[in-house]
Amino acid sequence: MIRNLATDRGRGPAALTKHRLFWPAAALIALLLGNLIVSPRFFAVEIRDGHLYGNLIDILRNGSPLILIAVGMTLVIATRGIDLSVGAVVAVSGAVACVELGSTSILLAIGAALGLCLVLGAWNGWLVAGLKIQPIVATLILMVAGRGLAQLITGGQIVTVQNGPFLAIAGGYLLTLPLSFLIAMAVYALTSLVVRRSALGLLLESVGGNPEASRLSGLRSGRLIWLCYVFSALCAGVAGLIISSNVTGADGNNAGLWIELDAILAVVIGGTQLTGGRFSLGGTVIGALLIQTLTTTVYALGIPSQETLLFKAVVVTVVCLVQSPAFRAKLVKRRRRPESPAVAAQPEKVEVAS
Amino acid sequence: MNDTAEILRMTGIRKRFPGVTALDGVDFRLFPGEVHALMGENGAGKSTLIKVLTGVEGVDAGSIELAGAAVAFAGPDQAQLAGVSTVYQEVNLCPNLSVAENILLGREPRRFGRIQWSRMRKRAEELLARLDLRIDVSAELGTLSIAVQQMVAIARALDVEARVLVLDEPTSSLDAREVEQLMAVLRALRADGMAILFVSHFIDQVFAIADRMTVLRNGKLVGEYRTSEITQVELVTKMIGKELAALDEVSERSAATGPELVATDGLARAGGIEPFSLTIRRGEVVGLAGLLGSGRTELARLLFGADHADHGTVDIDGRRVQLRSPRVAMNQGVAFCSENRKTEGLIAELTIRENIALAVQAGRGWLRPLSRRRQLELAAQYIEALDIRPADPEAVVGTLSGGNQQKVLLARWLATQPRLLILDEPTRGIDVGAKAEIQRLVATLSADGMAVLFVSAELEEVLRLSHHVAVLRDRKVVAQLANEGLTPEDIMATIADGGRS
Repeated sequence: MIRNLATDRGRGPAALTKHRLFWPAAALIALLLGNLIVSPRFFAVEIRDGHLYGNLIDILRNGSPLILIAVGMTLVIATRGIDLSVGAVVAVSGAVACVELGSTSILLAIGAALGLCLVLGAWNGWLVAGLKIQPIVATLILMVAGRGLAQLITGGQIVTVQNGPFLAIAGGYLLTLPLSFLIAMAVYALTSLVVRRSALGLLLESVGGNPEASRLSGLRSGRLIWLCYVFSALCAGVAGLIISSNVTGADGNNAGLWIELDAILAVVIGGTQLTGGRFSLGGTVIGALLIQTLTTTVYALGIPSQETLLFKAVVVTVVCLVQSPAFRAKLVKRRRRPESPAVAAQPEKVEVAS
Repeated sequence: MNDTAEILRMTGIRKRFPGVTALDGVDFRLFPGEVHALMGENGAGKSTLIKVLTGVEGVDAGSIELAGAAVAFAGPDQAQLAGVSTVYQEVNLCPNLSVAENILLGREPRRFGRIQWSRMRKRAEELLARLDLRIDVSAELGTLSIAVQQMVAIARALDVEARVLVLDEPTSSLDAREVEQLMAVLRALRADGMAILFVSHFIDQVFAIADRMTVLRNGKLVGEYRTSEITQVELVTKMIGKELAALDEVSERSAATGPELVATDGLARAGGIEPFSLTIRRGEVVGLAGLLGSGRTELARLLFGADHADHGTVDIDGRRVQLRSPRVAMNQGVAFCSENRKTEGLIAELTIRENIALAVQAGRGWLRPLSRRRQLELAAQYIEALDIRPADPEAVVGTLSGGNQQKVLLARWLATQPRLLILDEPTRGIDVGAKAEIQRLVATLSADGMAVLFVSAELEEVLRLSHHVAVLRDRKVVAQLANEGLTPEDIMATIADGGRS
């Protein structure tokens, strides 16, 4: 550790800003602080009906489906892939669960939903790893077909549920925290543990970083890639349960609509590159929270609905620009020209902070 | 034939890249109606000379005259307009477009901005007819054989009023019959008065087609020769020259070798390497000698299962094995360090520790991870044994120097404790010190009983380390020699005469 510190310092400008989670975390904090300035009570958390209540808690609760999906997406993207079908899988999962709840117990309904999601994930993985179809095309198939499947299951209707335990998935609280957030965190923690404690993380990063070199090192990349798509679909399935529980029903058309794009964005904001290789699950969670905070901000600020999308786009653009090393380099260069001493002082300041 | 004035004259060409002088005062001339071969080993400066000629790179010193007028092309398109057309080693056309579109891309016959498709097809057919090729020009290029694609590339080069045709390794992906077809086309073009600059590593082909050759070595001009006045042995000698860097002698070549470990019988892969039978004993270093493109790497890849063999058998330790994949070969104790460290070897964004642990981990599967402590032990062990710098297991491999990257790759495979270690150009592009260390390591490993297949373009190195040398030429094992007092000259002679003597 001591040597690491020394080399980092030797390397120059800033060890702290070099940390891979620095920029996503900074963006998230900046957005939260922005909210605080506009509405001073934004951070207020109180206890109501025996559980925590407030804007921050809402972010955690509403952000949990996105966290789940983005965690699965991270592993897929690490292998140089992408999974566009997660939104459709959300719809299928919700549809199966809600329809089955009409006839069987909650455990069987959830089991059936997640079981079907595993099958769908296996299908995606087979197309990508077995048939070598480009991931974007392979998962596009299920992105379209999955919505059709969901409507087939619900008979084209919106199926509503009144089952108490099922509604608790999204609406319930445990230890004063939203149950859905705890589920998302449990999946995140478990995934991190498995990926980093087993050799899965290393092998995935290797396959994504250099597929040919990995093959020549004796890796069976096909199985690993397949596994990632299965896991991604499973995560989407759990997210689908939360989403349908939240709206007390299954809507094949709108459940999880466009959530694949938010998930990809969360992964990228979190510092995992679409070109595969090194990935960061922690970064992904921060990215997902950032996107959810943005959505909450829109409501909290009372931004007119017709301006919502544009506002989101502007914020996302800024976040992406701030994360881009090329853009930061340009910014620094432009500032350095007029007053170089001020900039020269900057590295030292950060060094002290590290 | 050479009474006419030269069409192209390059004088005193000098080109420096950061850290290397790629061309150092090279002269080159080309006459109409001749095929002129540009010869030299990898890194001799052939490609750079072509790049300078076609305007891809500028020159630092020297002049280029085309038909008596000084020129300095700003890019390949300008060179082409002036009559210098180039066909590159890899066909760089668009496989999803038609033949006619590929030939006339960017120069489509137009009227009022609209492409005249019928005129375009007719023009393409005319150009191909000149190459004695009659194919459907509306066919998608990707559906045709590589040889035909190569012809299409040449047709494209001929469409402009080409006076100089540059062919950079046009035959490297062709089989014998296709090569003959291409040669016929070149002869026809030569008869039409075209000046052809031909780069190839196949000595037979060069002697079959070229009228004259210019030899480069380490960016310097060795000389210009008429093909009729030079023998193949002389050419090879001039290309390779003498090894200048004197490494400290590695002479601990173990005398006794153990029982047979690997035996191949008629192993072959179409377009890669012709059938060969090779045995490697425990504790033995078998060297593969041959020029670039002679099939050295292809042979090595077959033994590792990186490519599938079409014919023949492999026995390891007396048992027949099907090397279907690298994994199967690994389980048999075979390890392979690729010559392309960057594309086929290391994972640049991972750390030294992760890269070293990778092959061992791949063998165990993801469910049985090496503990971090064990990974660090492995890394520390090889960082010390191979003197990898920086000696920091968490350093990112992409930032290391070439020699240290090579050592990391070596460490990855040594960590699997292989029985047969295949080293493809392990010392290419690394400094003299690291080179000597790797050579010493190979000697030590073989003394400890490991079988090593050592592939290198440097004959001195192969001879210093090997008990046996298999000589390759034109994708064929032409001789297998016991290394008892062999000299580089012996090997060169064998390469030059194809093992006939």
